[in-house]
Amino acid sequence: MTEACFDDSPQATELLAKTWQSPPGFFGWFTHVNQRKIGLRFIVTSLIFFALAGVLALLMRLQLSQPEINLISPDLYNELFTMHGLTMMFFFAIPAMEGLGIYLVPLMLGTRDMAFPRLNAFGYYVYLIAGIVLYISLFVGAAPGVGWFSYVPLADDFFTPGKGPSVWTTMITFIELSALTAAVELIVTILRQRAPGMSLNRMPLFVWAILVMSFMIVFAMPAVIVGSVLLYLDRTFQTLFFVPGGGGDPLLWQHLFWFFGHPEVYIILVPALGVVSTIITTFTGRQVFGYTALVLSLVAIGFVSFGLWVHHMFTTGLPQLGLSFFTAASAMVAIPSGIQIFCWIASLWGRQIRFAMPMLFILGFFAIFVIGGLTGVMVASVPFDTQVHDTYFVVAHFHYVLIGGAVLPFFAALYYWYPKVVGRLMSERVGRWSFALIFIGINLTFFPMHQLGLEGMPRRVYTYLNDMGWGDYNFFITFSAFLLAFGFFLTFYNAVVSYRTGDPAGSNPWNADTLEWATDSPPANYNHRHIPVVSSRSPMWDVARTGERPVVGGLRADRREILLTTVLDAEPQAAQVMPSPSPWPFFLAVAVAFGFVGVMYIPLLFVWAFFVSFLMIVGWLWPRRPWQKE
Amino acid sequence: MIVKRNAHTGNRMSCGLGSLLSCVMASTARAQNEQTVFEPVSDHAEGIVWLWWAMFWVGAVIFLAVMLLLAVGLWRARRPNSGLGESASRNLVIAAGVAIPLVILLTLVGGSLMLGRSIAADPPPNVMRVRVTGWMWWWQVDYLDQDGKVIASTANEIHVPVGRPVEVQLISADVIHSFWVPQLHGKTDVMPGQLNSTWFTAEKAGVYRGQCAEFCGVQHALMAFLVIAEAETDFRRWLERQAAPAEMPENPRARFGLEVFLDRGCASCHTVRGTDAQGNIGPDLTHLASRRTLAAVTIPNTRGHLGGWISDPHSVKEGVFMPRTLLEPEELTALTVYLETLE
Repeated sequence: MTEACFDDSPQATELLAKTWQSPPGFFGWFTHVNQRKIGLRFIVTSLIFFALAGVLALLMRLQLSQPEINLISPDLYNELFTMHGLTMMFFFAIPAMEGLGIYLVPLMLGTRDMAFPRLNAFGYYVYLIAGIVLYISLFVGAAPGVGWFSYVPLADDFFTPGKGPSVWTTMITFIELSALTAAVELIVTILRQRAPGMSLNRMPLFVWAILVMSFMIVFAMPAVIVGSVLLYLDRTFQTLFFVPGGGGDPLLWQHLFWFFGHPEVYIILVPALGVVSTIITTFTGRQVFGYTALVLSLVAIGFVSFGLWVHHMFTTGLPQLGLSFFTAASAMVAIPSGIQIFCWIASLWGRQIRFAMPMLFILGFFAIFVIGGLTGVMVASVPFDTQVHDTYFVVAHFHYVLIGGAVLPFFAALYYWYPKVVGRLMSERVGRWSFALIFIGINLTFFPMHQLGLEGMPRRVYTYLNDMGWGDYNFFITFSAFLLAFGFFLTFYNAVVSYRTGDPAGSNPWNADTLEWATDSPPANYNHRHIPVVSSRSPMWDVARTGERPVVGGLRADRREILLTTVLDAEPQAAQVMPSPSPWPFFLAVAVAFGFVGVMYIPLLFVWAFFVSFLMIVGWLWPRRPWQKE
Repeated sequence: MIVKRNAHTGNRMSCGLGSLLSCVMASTARAQNEQTVFEPVSDHAEGIVWLWWAMFWVGAVIFLAVMLLLAVGLWRARRPNSGLGESASRNLVIAAGVAIPLVILLTLVGGSLMLGRSIAADPPPNVMRVRVTGWMWWWQVDYLDQDGKVIASTANEIHVPVGRPVEVQLISADVIHSFWVPQLHGKTDVMPGQLNSTWFTAEKAGVYRGQCAEFCGVQHALMAFLVIAEAETDFRRWLERQAAPAEMPENPRARFGLEVFLDRGCASCHTVRGTDAQGNIGPDLTHLASRRTLAAVTIPNTRGHLGGWISDPHSVKEGVFMPRTLLEPEELTALTVYLETLE
């Protein structure tokens, strides 16, 4: 292509920036559709929920710090652990990982926005409203207190009248809409909007991880949506799906819940594995070893994770032969995880590594995640699981897995991509203190829980008798939990302070190889000035080596256009006009929320909300032909 | 932590893990209520704790090996050009990431399946049957004869003869509970609409604490029970006594207590066999005085606690279904005197 195709004049750049601009002002805020705005909102909101759920955990730890104390009533305690689990799983972990994907994937693919920008915005408002409703329910004393797993018959209206489990059923169904929209959108964006030349086998590992995560969301979430709709019907219309006396079965709920609930853990883990590969590549300055093996093991984890759900049900009296299958499958998932771990060790072996903050969190991830993985293999054994199931051993296990496998990589990602988002680096000094406290705090808080579980302490107990001899461990754990919380707080503090005082980052502070680093920091409204052309897995290192930045032209600057490419080889196919900012996604989210909250009180509101939503969709889709404008 | 010296093989090893932590933990004398996986008194629990220690040591070695490998790899960076080549990397991943884990996992899965099969096997023919019903938040215990008819009912206390296999049939009166006595066996859920069962043989006399292990509502935390393993003759004597109806009290005060029991609402929930009290939604109180604890092993069974429990159960166990019973002081005293005659 010749230079003539490219109008790099300041006027053209300004026009492009104006075309992709998000409207300013308070009311403008509700019309934003650009993927970076939405992605950042997801991340920031999820961090707020992370902090809230952390505070709930500290309250629980205070109640457990000594035997037989009455700091918190049993009812409130049950609401606290329910809300802690719900928030961490549905309102922190998934949205946080999706937020990373939404913010980064289009940048990494070299495109200007995601496939369905308005759907993206809709997903965010759904998430936000669901979270606000959930926390309002906590403050007005109507929060669910039946556990994040909401087992029937306890969650039936007979045993738990009131609004608690209703909030659970409707808000979980509601927020899964958000997860599903994000997943669909990420899949389409990844498959159709990659920069020319970025064939599937040149796609960054992080994008692969997000792709696998998105497919898992699409297959896992419907199970919990169906489950919670059935539970809603049982509670509201006295249907008998889960009522044993009426031919229903409480075990059906457990199957539906865990068919979602187990992949859920891997939905959180898989993108984190992508983060690890990305950061190791950057900080060793070489492509991570075993690209194909890493991709295949991500996909394998995705598949196998759907065959494990019964290992949450080893004690329910299912036949031994059936259980054996799930023991084998649960052990099998250790193989792709092991392949990942050793690909990374091979990549790190003998390399000059820069031990900046992201890399420290990744090294912490190794230790914590391996411990969690090992105890995971242990609880895959049916006989052993019957002893530790629903005890603090399992609490220890999954906190090692989830904090080690997801939170540490997520924090690594925060430190790693913060300069791209903000344009400034986060403080290394504060970061090191934060990391040290988090790493020590995790171990001091959660390691003793293994011992507590083996000494017989069950989960989900608001107190325990003095005679049990669990008091000292619990006091120590409570103390350590505050240490851990302070470690997390320091990173929050770091992020806030560095926003003003951090060192300017430049466009590629870590000398990384993926395309998001080709943009300004923070990226301009249009992400990439020109759509890049890719000829290897490390486009930025190609640029550094050859001094050339191959791009394609042809997209107009005066309207929102993106380039569509083919699924496998990413050959240019078409230019697509994207929708402009619009308040309709917000209106639709409010209308749908109206229906979901309303059905808790008046089932007929569902019908009303349906028609109101329909009007909002009409507004959303109202044709505005770009070629007729101006 | 201090572990009783007289108990089983698990002891020394439980100190092994405990000692990792004991440097930061103040030691406390262990109370008599044992509820630990580490001191098994049945073959089942013993097999499981053996499996645990096997997995623990293998896991510890794997963890240290991976960390060591990582550390050596990072250390090597001090020498230039010491990165792994393509084929060395591939060998590392295939050996350490696939081959070794595969061997370990196959062994583990095989061992676990074998143990699981022996545990899941049918109980031997001389098994004694007990039916345990999970209620929010206590345990009903019914002793069954050969035909499955109830011989005796009690609550929160399961007496078993040492050396005799005991099958526990589990049913739920309301929501899901889980029956768990760590020293005897792993847990089995108590599922509404489904008959689950588990069995074990207590090999040593003693008192073993168990607790509900599936979240079952407000007072899930205080839903414990005791398994009391005693010699066959003691057990027979105990069961005979439990099967008998309550004796009419001689003492006039206790007789007055019985009247209070019948008139003031107690009898609408509780049964005392041999009287008109035939309620069946609370524990059978026919031999209440023979039990060690009240309120599902929450408080000791003494006159003071009993009186406190009757007048205000919610201060002991908030949210429990037993209502407060407002009684005159002399009525309450008489009632407790009567209940104490129910040996």
